[in-house]
Amino acid sequence: MTQEKEWPLYEVFVRGKRGLNHVHVGSLHAADDEMAVRHARDVYTRRNEGVSIWVVKAADITASSPDEKDPLFAPAGDKVYRHPTFYTIPDDVPHM
Amino acid sequence: MTATEDEVELQAAFDGTIARNDRIEPRDWMPEGYRRTLVRQIAQHAHSEIIGMQPEGNWITRAPSLRRKAILLAKVQDEAGHGLYLYSATETLGVSRAELTEMLIEGRQKYSSIFNYPTLSYADVGTIGWLVDGAAICNQVPLCRTSYGPYGRAMIRICKEESFHQRQGYELLMTMMRGTDEQRAMVQESVDRFWWPALMMFGPPDADSPNTAQSMAWGIKRNTNDDLRQRFVDMTVPQAEALGVTLPDPDLRWNDERGHHDFGQPDWEEFMQVVKGNGPCNAQRIAHRRRAHEDGAWVREAATAFAKRTVGEASAPVVEEVAQQPSRNPGREGT
Ligand SMILES: [Fe+2]
Ligand SMILES: [Fe+2]
Repeated sequence: MTQEKEWPLYEVFVRGKRGLNHVHVGSLHAADDEMAVRHARDVYTRRNEGVSIWVVKAADITASSPDEKDPLFAPAGDKVYRHPTFYTIPDDVPHM
Repeated sequence: MTATEDEVELQAAFDGTIARNDRIEPRDWMPEGYRRTLVRQIAQHAHSEIIGMQPEGNWITRAPSLRRKAILLAKVQDEAGHGLYLYSATETLGVSRAELTEMLIEGRQKYSSIFNYPTLSYADVGTIGWLVDGAAICNQVPLCRTSYGPYGRAMIRICKEESFHQRQGYELLMTMMRGTDEQRAMVQESVDRFWWPALMMFGPPDADSPNTAQSMAWGIKRNTNDDLRQRFVDMTVPQAEALGVTLPDPDLRWNDERGHHDFGQPDWEEFMQVVKGNGPCNAQRIAHRRRAHEDGAWVREAATAFAKRTVGEASAPVVEEVAQQPSRNPGREGT
């Protein structure tokens, strides 16, 4: 078998419908950006799963590593007052 | 391998995640055995989807109407998509796509034995949708909760699409059953051929499946082979009755005490032979996949050459919305 160089890996993000964020749905290989969008359309949105697609080369993504979990996410964990359930509201108050 | 203090800690974190029924994600530390088991299982699953296009693809040009042809094309295209979701999940474990393709073509990784049986009549398209996709659904629904995140997410996407596969097959068979005696006989003959191989899709009996316990402890598998096989039989019997076909098993009967159907065992010797490569179509399936891969080489090379040539040239923004967000795209501001 001939040793060809693999096409780069792209991560695919799809906006399910207007009003929603793009969400990561998976990855694929493509020779260039345009082909990546075309492939993403065929692989990830065969049934109207999206109204918009982003593709980005996986190599261009910077991610936090799981080891950094504590310092990076701990402050959020402290601040429980950021969550609605922090506040006790009587049951008979509607629409809260 | 001597476990360092670090490794002990990492193993404990991994065990904790599994115990909490949380998901393992690609950048997490994981035991080598867990990774190896996943690569084997997900790759085998991906290869099955890809090879699985062949038996049904065999009937695309001969489907009896435009409607049936369009449905079959869409179904086979879905199977290609399933293969791609699963390859992409396998790659998160550090295996490349090229390696996976090579391992399939060289016979170093397996695919489901069911696809080594031929599709001899058009009724097989219906039977495959009903029984083979039906068995796949039984296997796949619990895998949506598998412990490895990317695998579970791929399974969720796949399961959403499988119900179309099963229903189109069943509807096709129903249509034939409303037809002539000859058509009804075709359906029965097809069901007779596919029933036992479909039961084999769940793998060997639990007693002969040494890896099941570890896979279940890791949360990769959620049910044993025999559990899933039983579930499939129980689901299928009333469907067969509604269709008006018999399942070719003299031991098949309802057991009131167990609350399940009793049924006979497939020919496990035949199963082993097919797994070893001696089924009716093993050589043909792999040869076809190899040819498709080799015939596509020039396309891959041309696309790579084209991409190289256009690199650096300012290409039009690919997705409109990116262009609408200049802060994300500073290089293009003012152009
Ligand atoms: Fe599939
Ligand atoms: Fe399917």
